[in-house]
Amino acid sequence: MKSVIAEHLVKTYRNGEVKALDDLSLDVEEGTVLSVLGPNGAGKTTTVRILATLLKPDSGIATVAGIDVIKHPDKVRELIGLSGQYAAVDETLTGWDNLVMFGRLYHLGKAASIKRAEDLLERFSLTDSARRPIKTYSGGMRRRLDLAASLIVQPKVLFLDEPTTGLDPRGRQEMWEVIQELVKGGVTLLLTTQYLEEADQLADEITVIDHGKVIARGTSDALKKQVGGERLEITVENVDIAKTQEIVSRISASATHTDIRTISAPVTTGSIALMEALRALDEAKIHPLDIGLKRPSLDDVFLSLTGHVAEEVVTEPVKKKRGGKK
Amino acid sequence: MKYVISDVMTITKRQLLQLARIPEVLVFSTIQPVMFVLLFRFVFGGSISTGQPGGYVQLLMPGIFVQTVAFTLAATAVGLAEDMKKGLIDRFRSLPISRGAVVIGRTFGDALLNILVLTVMAAAGYAVGWRPTAGSLSIALAFLFLFMFGYALSWIGIYVGLAVKEARTVQSVGFLVTFPLTFLSNAFAPTTGMPKALQYFAEWNPVSTMVAACRQLFGLKNEFGATASSWPSQHPLETSLLYMVLLMVVFIPLSIRKYKNTSN
Repeated sequence: MKSVIAEHLVKTYRNGEVKALDDLSLDVEEGTVLSVLGPNGAGKTTTVRILATLLKPDSGIATVAGIDVIKHPDKVRELIGLSGQYAAVDETLTGWDNLVMFGRLYHLGKAASIKRAEDLLERFSLTDSARRPIKTYSGGMRRRLDLAASLIVQPKVLFLDEPTTGLDPRGRQEMWEVIQELVKGGVTLLLTTQYLEEADQLADEITVIDHGKVIARGTSDALKKQVGGERLEITVENVDIAKTQEIVSRISASATHTDIRTISAPVTTGSIALMEALRALDEAKIHPLDIGLKRPSLDDVFLSLTGHVAEEVVTEPVKKKRGGKK
Repeated sequence: MKYVISDVMTITKRQLLQLARIPEVLVFSTIQPVMFVLLFRFVFGGSISTGQPGGYVQLLMPGIFVQTVAFTLAATAVGLAEDMKKGLIDRFRSLPISRGAVVIGRTFGDALLNILVLTVMAAAGYAVGWRPTAGSLSIALAFLFLFMFGYALSWIGIYVGLAVKEARTVQSVGFLVTFPLTFLSNAFAPTTGMPKALQYFAEWNPVSTMVAACRQLFGLKNEFGATASSWPSQHPLETSLLYMVLLMVVFIPLSIRKYKNTSN
């Protein structure tokens, strides 16, 4: 069963001048993680905002847990959790204050709100900082608290909008562990990210979007296959390059130089090709500086799908002009 | 819908908690009006002759009370704009809470702060010689008027905050509106010295009618107006009440609607 369905979403800003979403469709299978991957301004946040009932699309339909988000936003709000870039907590209050407040707003009783807040603080290793204002928290702690706030009532569907943007590597790693923990618990998760590695790590399925359109979808593996399979990469001393090229061309038809000391060749037999190459190099008394099988990264995927690397595009309006309703 | 009251209370409580967590806000929001009381009392107090028993401070206090509650407009607007900018409003809007609870809660929070500010100012006024002569019921009514005026303006603040969105701009807009309104009035000096056109403006200015109403309720003669024969000068209580009702009737539904339709 699909927990989230979006069909033909269109959203324009500034009276149609800027197309944030251009006929975007996606869906998330119940109990799985979908990562919406794309550069800044691709339409990720707009998509999440529509699905989380914060924004109405110009056209198109969307359902969450089978409920129409446009017609019954109130019902949808009871079933979702939202955390990320734009949904935040009160920074002047303590972590404890915030979670208790959100508990009350989810209409848990007073005692139940406190109990839930303390459980969540414990679970996200925030008990020690519970009584400190959020503004004294590190970036990672803040995101964890934000995530905790979206889990007050076990949501049917969780939306995480760029949960690790702006975090340092350690904070990101911690956040990933927390999310992976959640996923094990069986939550349906839609996660947006501009980090290819993050999608690869966390998602069952990836939808790549660019300029408000879906440009590819599938599992991480499928996407990588779409770009091309594994490649054998060998780096040798300059003097050995010609000989190496000859050896590799026996294994793969289209060996290419990636730089003057490295040869890269698509292979279909994986580790067998690797061993074959090693044996041949050994016989030729060539000692490679580096040798390995390389699977295409999601960066490669993005490059081959969009023709540009996954970097910021500046079509998204930085600041909304007056009158243009968002 | 059955949770409206609980939702509003939670949001209001959040604002009070904020004050508890950052007491500086509380200190500065009371210091400023107290400073105004002292400055006006001792800078102008000596040079403005009033003909009222008790001197300038009797006329001044109602003026400063009204000016202070008028700043609620900016305070509400800035607070809301900041919440929006930080994404807190989006969080609230993604929750299954009753519509309007977030903005109603904010107006309540700001109103409660006003009670405290008015109390501190009254004490400061008393310390520098302010002595209302009316009966306690009448004085209580004056404070009720001040409270309600601040509350009504809070709803304009909600609208301004939602419409302008950028906290710093909101602050400027708030002051651009409230400063001329408080000074183009009878709050600090008689309007008779103003050019004719401004006198008319000052007469109908809700700040003037509020100040006149409060002076009356505190037991002063109704004066300091421009042409004493004009309707708002003659009926400051009625005019002020009318303004407050009008503001609330227009801006409460308008602001709640705006809130529902607003997103960043």
